[in-house]
Amino acid sequence: MCLAIPARVVELMDEDMARVDLGGVRKEISLALVDEVALGDYVIVHVGYALSKLDPDEAEKTLALFAESGLDLQAIAEGSA
Amino acid sequence: MKYVDEFRDGEVAATLAEAIAREADTGRRYAFMEFCGGHTHAISRYGVTDLLPANVRMIHGPGCPVCVLPIGRIDMAIRLVLERPEVILCTYGDCLRVPASDRLSLLKAKARGGDVRMVYSAADALALARKHPEREVVFFAIGFETTTPPTALVIKQAQLMGLANFSVICNHVLTPSAIMTILESPEVRELGTVPLDGFVGPAHVSTIIGSRPYAFFAEEYRKPVVIAGFEPLDVMQAIRMLIRQVNEGRAEVENEFTRAVSEEGNLKAQALVSEVFELRRSFEWRGLREVPYSALRIRAAFAAQDAERKFDLAFTPVPDNKACECGAILRGVKKPTDCKIFGTVCTPENPMGSCMVSSEGACAAHYNYGRFRDVPVVAA
Ligand code: SF4
Repeated sequence: MCLAIPARVVELMDEDMARVDLGGVRKEISLALVDEVALGDYVIVHVGYALSKLDPDEAEKTLALFAESGLDLQAIAEGSA
Repeated sequence: MKYVDEFRDGEVAATLAEAIAREADTGRRYAFMEFCGGHTHAISRYGVTDLLPANVRMIHGPGCPVCVLPIGRIDMAIRLVLERPEVILCTYGDCLRVPASDRLSLLKAKARGGDVRMVYSAADALALARKHPEREVVFFAIGFETTTPPTALVIKQAQLMGLANFSVICNHVLTPSAIMTILESPEVRELGTVPLDGFVGPAHVSTIIGSRPYAFFAEEYRKPVVIAGFEPLDVMQAIRMLIRQVNEGRAEVENEFTRAVSEEGNLKAQALVSEVFELRRSFEWRGLREVPYSALRIRAAFAAQDAERKFDLAFTPVPDNKACECGAILRGVKKPTDCKIFGTVCTPENPMGSCMVSSEGACAAHYNYGRFRDVPVVAA
């Protein structure tokens, strides 16, 4: 029920609507709940509405944090941690 | 898919699992509740439990709106659609199969002649009302803070359009009150049957309300909260962050889902919600009973769109099916397999309780992805 997915905005339309791409599937959604969405932005879509924009920099940072857990493992293996 | 696949990477999951095992203190036990059904789903589907050390236990919480909706609310919708042929009742797909009184569900009410329809969004419900001006279109709206803003929007639009044949049965509930009820429950406070060291906080709910509303739990109840995305790596990272907090004796709100959640949340959506809705003094939840100030109702300024006023609908509480353990599961006291009819009488095709209905319900998640884990592997 609360599942929602990140989708890329591929077309901005009238009346706060937009067309998004969800892994190859195109869908019309509403942007009425979010401000300043630009073409190419990723938004989190739930029941036909964008709930928030997705911040690509923050996504990178989170992935980098995951990668760090691998790094400290390596450090342990090499005896430097 | 970008921003999905990277957060499901198996190799990264393995390193995160090792990091968790390294950080978890073997001398103690950790119990964390994932509040959201979305997390429950991810944990079951990707086998996250199998990647955790034995002393780290995940407890399913009540965070699936379909699961916590009490029978009496569905009965209300069924009565309306069966008694009034002019009504088209529309709702999200998951609500249709929730068992109600007299062995009915909205789907079975449809088979009895009620005009029940499924919609994908609140906008579809509004469109239905515009298409059928001669009928009364009633939207049975459910959900946590994620689905509330779209409902608020269509109510406002209906008023602006002067659409007299559109109204809403509002069943929207609030996450923070539910978390508080769990923390105040005797199982957690007095009996200690549900040990709770922290929460994996809601993902999409938090995109709307932000991370701030959880600060209260961290401060007042000394429980760490880590808001996490719904992908398996997000959940694992959140567990790792919770373990760290526990080890260091901290109780803070941390945000793993910074790519979509800010501290203040979506202010535009919040403003819209408070314009259209106000707090209900009390609302019944399945499993948690009556919870004060835990749900929303439509403000008097939008009375014309409030189906409960318009059709004078009354809520009658109904006890759950005796065999069903949904209530205890929603409070974290029992597991799906503790229910005698799990997987035999009660299956996703023929659910007896609400936890088996939506894919985010604890019983459905365990049935679909986890039930063979319970079967011991025997060499042939
Ligand atoms: S198995 Fe079915 S009846 Fe039992 S607790 Fe789960 S949903 Fe309820």
